[in-house]
Amino acid sequence: MPDQTLTKPLTKNICPQHKPPDIERYQDNGGYSGWRKALGMAPEDIVELVQKSGLRGRGGAGFNTGLKWSFVPRGKGSPAVKYLVCNADEMEPGTFKDRLLMEQNPHLLIEGMAIAAYAIEARTAYIFIRGEYHLAAVRLEQAINEARQAGLIGPDILNSGYSLEIYLHRSAGNYICGEETALLNALEGRRAIPRAKPPFPQVSGLWGKPTVVNNVETLCNIPHLIELGSEWYKSLGRCQDAGSKLFGVSGKVNKPGTWELPMGTPIREIIEEHAGGMRDGLKLKGFLPGGGSTDFLGPTDLDLPMDYDAIAKAGSRMGTGTIIVLDDHTCPVGLVLNLSQFFARESCGWCTPCRDGLPWVVEILTRIENGSGTPEDLDLLQEQVARMGPGNTFCALAPGAAEPLQSALRLFEEDFIDHIRKGRCPYR
Amino acid sequence: MSSTFEAEVIAVMEQNKAGEDIHKASLSDAEKAEIEREFAHYEDKASVGLEALRIVQKHRGWVSDESLRAVSAYLDIPVAQLESVATYFQLIFRQPVGREVILLCKSASCWIMGCAHLQKKIQEKLRIKPGEITADGLFTLLETPCLGDCDNAPVMMINGEMHRHLTEATVDEILDNKIKTHRAKGSCHAGPDTD
Ligand SMILES: Cc1cc2nc3c(=O)[nH]c(=O)nc-3n(C[C@H](O)[C@H](O)[C@H](O)COP(=O)(O)O)c2cc1C
Ligand code: SF4
Ligand code: FES
Repeated sequence: MPDQTLTKPLTKNICPQHKPPDIERYQDNGGYSGWRKALGMAPEDIVELVQKSGLRGRGGAGFNTGLKWSFVPRGKGSPAVKYLVCNADEMEPGTFKDRLLMEQNPHLLIEGMAIAAYAIEARTAYIFIRGEYHLAAVRLEQAINEARQAGLIGPDILNSGYSLEIYLHRSAGNYICGEETALLNALEGRRAIPRAKPPFPQVSGLWGKPTVVNNVETLCNIPHLIELGSEWYKSLGRCQDAGSKLFGVSGKVNKPGTWELPMGTPIREIIEEHAGGMRDGLKLKGFLPGGGSTDFLGPTDLDLPMDYDAIAKAGSRMGTGTIIVLDDHTCPVGLVLNLSQFFARESCGWCTPCRDGLPWVVEILTRIENGSGTPEDLDLLQEQVARMGPGNTFCALAPGAAEPLQSALRLFEEDFIDHIRKGRCPYR
Repeated sequence: MSSTFEAEVIAVMEQNKAGEDIHKASLSDAEKAEIEREFAHYEDKASVGLEALRIVQKHRGWVSDESLRAVSAYLDIPVAQLESVATYFQLIFRQPVGREVILLCKSASCWIMGCAHLQKKIQEKLRIKPGEITADGLFTLLETPCLGDCDNAPVMMINGEMHRHLTEATVDEILDNKIKTHRAKGSCHAGPDTD
């Protein structure tokens, strides 16, 4: 009997002390019943159900998943070859949620991918996993093999006439591959530079074929959503956003970690209850709500619910939902410098504001951090922020890099000025 | 954490020591067989470029110019195209690396938790800077972006194995253990280099 009272669909099988469930244990626990149900449904009904449920992409942008799927040309007269790609590149600083799902419950992802592929009529799917995730890759390969042996993927699945192959592609360490069109170039064996949009991948993606790229966590939401329905799914959220979400906290809190919680859980609850609050003697100075490419928020924002629109209204993004906490003993200029170094290094070099602007930002911030900055440097930084803003570059890496910088300049202005006035980093 | 990968790499590297012409300009049968298995997964041969480079690197430790040319000839893709892929990815090594490749996370959470001290410790102990290889060929240090283990920061990965909640003392211990293991196996000469 499907359990309508389920509140933690993503992690119900996860117990860190145990090995991840193999296919037998996974199925004993109700696994693959979403997939069995989906196989009896028409693809367009699945797309509609997912769209109605309000599931939004967990890769950072928060786009309605069903709506994304609906852009794929389907049915009679549509291209015969289509692809589903699972984005498991997870390299955004401070993000550690997809690894948990893949290592601890690999079958959930395989099941979600099977349903998604069926819904968009794809017969080949790829998991694009970052090269450093060895354990996750090994466990996923094993899960793929088990599912294939059980006839749950492969040719003519459960006599339905539908066939699906899932392949694992190991990348080799490159943040920009997480950008979906760069990822497609990487899969095609090319240098992973983002592509111009339009055309969007749903129409012309991998090898020019209609392709959907979804995040690991997004796909892990699908099996229970199909099994238990969109009303159940909506009821999981504590706000207008549907479902549950993996939230994480890192930084100097007592119990850093990841928890599956209702969408819309207040940030204060996540940091103070689940992460155990700040370490002794430290105060929260600010935080990045959803990974390294989101705007800083401050202590007055702690009562915001973690939902896409509320965080956007406050001037940031929920991004990946993994919070990085900045304490009052850590230098905000140093942290922004660290983030900028990351983005400068990971820039693909295609557009000028990103390729040339980011190293410049690093140079200026280094100067300020080392005590030789000038007040004019702050204007220079503002100028760079404007140049890297949305619309000036080929992909969202540069605008993402600008977010922590622009918000730090505003929220921690005093700290920047203090560095310049004192001629040294006051935190050292 | 599982270290299946580490065992695999060490085994392959032991093998490497034996063959002098490991960087020869043609692919071995084993390499070809592994690459061919990948063909079935993609629409065209050119798409397996990265997979092929990784397979070759697994067997040879790193990707020399000769190796790159061999892959390019085998896949029938221009050297320049393959090189543009090879140089794009930090885990494809276009120069020799140590037997143990240390990926030290330098991203935000690990930075907050003090990875700068760890880096200093490693550099002083091994007398290398990022990108360099110790004189005994045992270690290479690479700075790496977020390893997706931020709740256990600071962290590093050595040949596929994660090391978490690091302090200068535990880093010291981990490196000493590696040195001891390799010396016992005779896979590096004893010397002052990494003491
Ligand atoms: C520089 C950059 C890096 C990205 N990295 C990732 C990533 O590692 N994983 C991910 O799922 N999405 C990443 N994204 C977002 C993807 O482009 C894409 O929006 C996402 O995979 C779509 O999946 P979703 O709709 O399920 O969220 C990145 C975007 C940019 C601009
Ligand atoms: S914004 Fe940066 S990463 Fe994105 S395409 Fe331009 S140069 Fe490349
Ligand atoms: S920042 Fe080091 S593991 Fe994420």
